Amino acid sequence: MFRAARNTNTAEESLTLKSWRYRRRILEIIKHAGAGHTGGGLSCIDILNVLYNRILRVTPANFRDPRRDRYIQSKGHCVEALYVVLADKGFFPASELSTLCQYRSHFVGHPTRKIPGVEQNTGALGHGLSLATGTALGGKLDRLGNRVFTLLGDGELAEGSNWEAAMSAAHYRLDNLIAIVDRNSLQISGRTRDVCNSEPLAEKFAAFGWSVRTVDGHDLEALSSALSDPAEGGKPTAVLADTVKGRGVSFMEDVAKWHHGVPNDDEYRRALEEIDAAISSLSGTGEA
Amino acid sequence: MSAPAPSMFTPAALERARELGLTLGRPNLEVFAETLLAEAQRDPRLLVVTSDSRGSARLAGFATALPAQLIEVGIAEQNLVGIAAGLAEADRKVFAVSPACFLTARSLEQIKNDVAYSDNPVKLVGISAGVSYGALGSTHHSLHDLAALRAINNIEIVVPADNAETRWAVGAALSTHKPVYLRFGKAPLFDLHAGTNAYEPGKAIQLRAGSEVSFVATGETVTHALLAAAELAAKDGVSCQVWSVPSIRPLDVEAIRAAATCDAVISVEEHMINGGLGEACAAVLLESGCRIRFQRAGIPDEYTVTGSQSDIFRHYGISMEGLAQQARSLLSGDIPRS
Repeated sequence: MFRAARNTNTAEESLTLKSWRYRRRILEIIKHAGAGHTGGGLSCIDILNVLYNRILRVTPANFRDPRRDRYIQSKGHCVEALYVVLADKGFFPASELSTLCQYRSHFVGHPTRKIPGVEQNTGALGHGLSLATGTALGGKLDRLGNRVFTLLGDGELAEGSNWEAAMSAAHYRLDNLIAIVDRNSLQISGRTRDVCNSEPLAEKFAAFGWSVRTVDGHDLEALSSALSDPAEGGKPTAVLADTVKGRGVSFMEDVAKWHHGVPNDDEYRRALEEIDAAISSLSGTGEA
Repeated sequence: MSAPAPSMFTPAALERARELGLTLGRPNLEVFAETLLAEAQRDPRLLVVTSDSRGSARLAGFATALPAQLIEVGIAEQNLVGIAAGLAEADRKVFAVSPACFLTARSLEQIKNDVAYSDNPVKLVGISAGVSYGALGSTHHSLHDLAALRAINNIEIVVPADNAETRWAVGAALSTHKPVYLRFGKAPLFDLHAGTNAYEPGKAIQLRAGSEVSFVATGETVTHALLAAAELAAKDGVSCQVWSVPSIRPLDVEAIRAAATCDAVISVEEHMINGGLGEACAAVLLESGCRIRFQRAGIPDEYTVTGSQSDIFRHYGISMEGLAQQARSLLSGDIPRS
């Protein structure tokens, strides 16, 4: 767990520190813009951290190479998390994020290909899995040996198009496709199980012909394993990542109103205090 | 299954066609499928994606000849467009083929976001468009598609009028790296461009010169407009221009303005009169300062009468006789101007 600040693994500590710094940056740009999807950004950031720092064969240098891995963020509303990680990976200067949602900025409030590193324009839910299926199928046809990842929300799975794509991906035996579900169990109106219960997801994906892995979506080592272990031959992989919406800020955790809540000045100060305390604790172990 | 398809033309219209030297061609859909197969045999990166629609699209032969170049997604049109966009991103030349009614309504958000907004250069092919499905009814009619897609940025819209325009349209779609919507019906059509090989994408084509009425038509209605022009010349001594407008977007603005050199303009389309070619023409004419008698011929704002495609065409005046009558009324001022 990333809260275990005294992990003996240096690489793990470094990655944990990144997660905290990403969380701080997400809050900074949302506060600056006065808009954003705070809760979901904080729930999926550990997944993005592991993807971009350990899993994906994607860099600014190879971004036009058709053999690169792909990451398509179907739950596009959590764009702040994506922008923060892409900036850290050098796709664009981090300072540009100060223009998020500002007049004439390229940094739209949902993923846009105008931003280097973004694969597809998303934001309407239920699109990413079909796009990823098509791209994974293209990779198979060309024997590229690449992998295609997409990130879905558990609320998003009420969109029926996901299940059309789930059928196709299994039909075409796309074992180069990995769908990660950021299962934070909340959506804008409340508990996913109360709004439109999508569970049991493991059984549903399995019944659609997928290989299913369930993982703690804030456990960086577990995520690393789940996303790097070889696929079951001939099956797409669903990684059900159990997460907490608003993770990392005590008063935001597991509270639906933070779906797109923007902290007021006092909330912002308290949130940064919590995050900075975690960063200080980890930095004290040698990671400045 | 399809409803029976009686002749699109009355005996009198067939006689006019004979006088004009027109010969009957084949359904555009067949020519599309044949052209696509030939292109795919030359280019292994060309893929067709279908939604249980290969037979309807006359692509069963394609599936047999090039099985590795046909991706079937089943009855799932949203997924059809999303997968096609993903394949296009993976640098394939992708034709996503499905009945126009489903492709452009059920999958509209995928067209808007995954194709047009993301700029994935999918060629969307709406088959059996307009009222091609006839008596199968309004669930199967696509009378909204031009309006819907005209309101979405970054997609070309092409509606061929005959077999030659179909071949040109497929070739042009392959040569552009942009999203394209191709719209095909399945009625056998007269060849309108015999002996002509040159086509400039985006341009309208003048089929007949005249000075009093301009018919500005698209798709399977063009033949009827041409016959109406001949009918008016023979019976009324009225001189008519006829334009075929295969490209709804980009629209050939200069051609529309040229059509307005006549006393009256009639737009003709197999589409609801809201939001289609007619309103596009009206906007061009108004913004060009034209004050001219103008009429939109097409399907009015209602669910259509039951019948075959030809029944529906005749019912709403998309026929030689109906269009000639609308021209007479427009010239005589019978049609209210306010």
